Amino acid sequence: MTKKPNINDLKKKAIQIRKDILIMLEKAGSGHTGGSLSLVEILLVLYYYKLRYDAKNPGWKQRDRVILSKGHGCPALYAVLADCGYFPREELWTLRKLGSRLQGHPQIGLPGVEVSSGSLGQGLSIANGIALANRMDGIKSKIYCIIGDGESNEGQIWEAAMTASHYGLNSVCCIVDFNKMQIDGFCCDVKKLEPYAKKWQAFGWHADEVDGHDPESLIKAVDGLDGITDKPQIIIAHTVKGKGVSFVENQVKWHGISPKKEELEKAIKELDNELEKL
Amino acid sequence: MSEMKHKPTRDGAGEALVELGRKNKNVVVLSADLTDSTRAGWFKKEFPERFIGFGVAEQDMIGAAAGMALTGKIPFACTFGVFASGRAWDQVRVSIAYMNLNVKIIGTHGGITVGEDGATHQALDEIALMRILPNMTVVVPSDAVEAYKATLKAAEIQGPVYIRLGRNPAPILTKKEDPFEIGKAVLYEDGKDVTIVTCGHSLYEAKEAREALKREGIYAQVINLHTPKPLDEELILEAARKTGAFVTLEEHTIFGGMGSVVAEFLSQNYPIPVKMIGIKDSFGESGAPLELLEHFGLTVEHVIKAAREAIKAKKR
Repeated sequence: MTKKPNINDLKKKAIQIRKDILIMLEKAGSGHTGGSLSLVEILLVLYYYKLRYDAKNPGWKQRDRVILSKGHGCPALYAVLADCGYFPREELWTLRKLGSRLQGHPQIGLPGVEVSSGSLGQGLSIANGIALANRMDGIKSKIYCIIGDGESNEGQIWEAAMTASHYGLNSVCCIVDFNKMQIDGFCCDVKKLEPYAKKWQAFGWHADEVDGHDPESLIKAVDGLDGITDKPQIIIAHTVKGKGVSFVENQVKWHGISPKKEELEKAIKELDNELEKL
Repeated sequence: MSEMKHKPTRDGAGEALVELGRKNKNVVVLSADLTDSTRAGWFKKEFPERFIGFGVAEQDMIGAAAGMALTGKIPFACTFGVFASGRAWDQVRVSIAYMNLNVKIIGTHGGITVGEDGATHQALDEIALMRILPNMTVVVPSDAVEAYKATLKAAEIQGPVYIRLGRNPAPILTKKEDPFEIGKAVLYEDGKDVTIVTCGHSLYEAKEAREALKREGIYAQVINLHTPKPLDEELILEAARKTGAFVTLEEHTIFGGMGSVVAEFLSQNYPIPVKMIGIKDSFGESGAPLELLEHFGLTVEHVIKAAREAIKAKKR
């Protein structure tokens, strides 16, 4: 997965994944729409470009790993994993149903899901543990941990931030889906995060900020970390909550609800129009 | 008591960790700043490359232990019981138990006999907090010999294990050659009139109470329930049929602990009188260990009294 993908193809793929997410959520009748739609390009750049993995052998020891610490965004992860061949696409439509491997928040057991998550703040410590173990075993793989901006309210994130820099875990890359909102409102109103990048730098991390919906910027950012050998890295990906659907974008109320049938139809129409322009 | 050898259970576990380090290169030890107190430091001294310190950050340590287990390591995360079970409970729940990961948690300073440090450091509820988690095994060794065996055995079973240990030297009441299996309770002393079930340091009080009752013509049997979860249902049922009355004894709240495990099982399968001795809806406090046992009603005299009451209740 080192060959640079065609950017236009990635943009088309992003639209397809967004459609899948919305269909899944409508069928489920509940779920987190806003924070799933904001994640899409981050996941695409990882799974269609940067990661070394084998969907047919999900337990491959040398693989790079993605930990979705903000488990609420799992519809996006599920849609991408299915598209990469980890499990059949039809299974997407079982999201949140009794007996499904696609739980409301990620659970290991579904191929490609590295960590069960959903109680916020826990993924970065797990990423560190994997990195520490890999270092002992001489395995050079990258661990990407995706967190939310609201998730940064959790104290454990900062405990883990200290651990990663103390041990110089350069194989850990944290990517923040910085969509500026959490369930109670704008992050800046709920609990001020700024100066966010400076906080991470003060904790001993290399910090970059990028447009989290621009595949080219994301590719440049993840590639730019390759030479860093002494510290963990964070990519603050500026995103739009609900990205891609006009009436969902930047609406706090869309944090934890799913589209109704008419809303889905309207959203699909918008996305199809975008697709035609590409 | 003076003739008996004494040793803290944390020492037994600490020695076992070093032994495990020699036997199995996948064993790693994690610590949250209490490295000497938990005896994790003994492992660190011999295997510094397989020891990881997290500072005062129990939640982070538990998460990292989960990550290491995901790669095939067998992490032993060591801290005081109050912090391992209370401070990091949600991390143990989601990052370990929910994924059924092969993480072992060493929780020292369990029980009221922690003494002078007082309520914030005396773990009195961690058996309850850990046993209610699906997939979790809970072991409470009665002495240092058993703690050594329990720690070795914990590494052999797949899945999360919580090992509750004490701080102070406790009498050695079991032998090196005694068989030990996680989940297999021990009929420590035989009897016919009443069963005293206990775990951890309290085995001493149970044994002494049995001797005293014998002088009154009451024959109590003592079960060392070193594994509150999974419960050895067979042995408990057999004891219930045989003696018809139970006393449970533990340095732990009577809400949800080892006694509750037994009472829950008996109430549904073989209802008989059960008297529960433990901490009763109270925090601990500072004091000398023996003073505290007296203050909270955990001494031999209390066990004797409860045994008489249990027997009386069955005759009604």
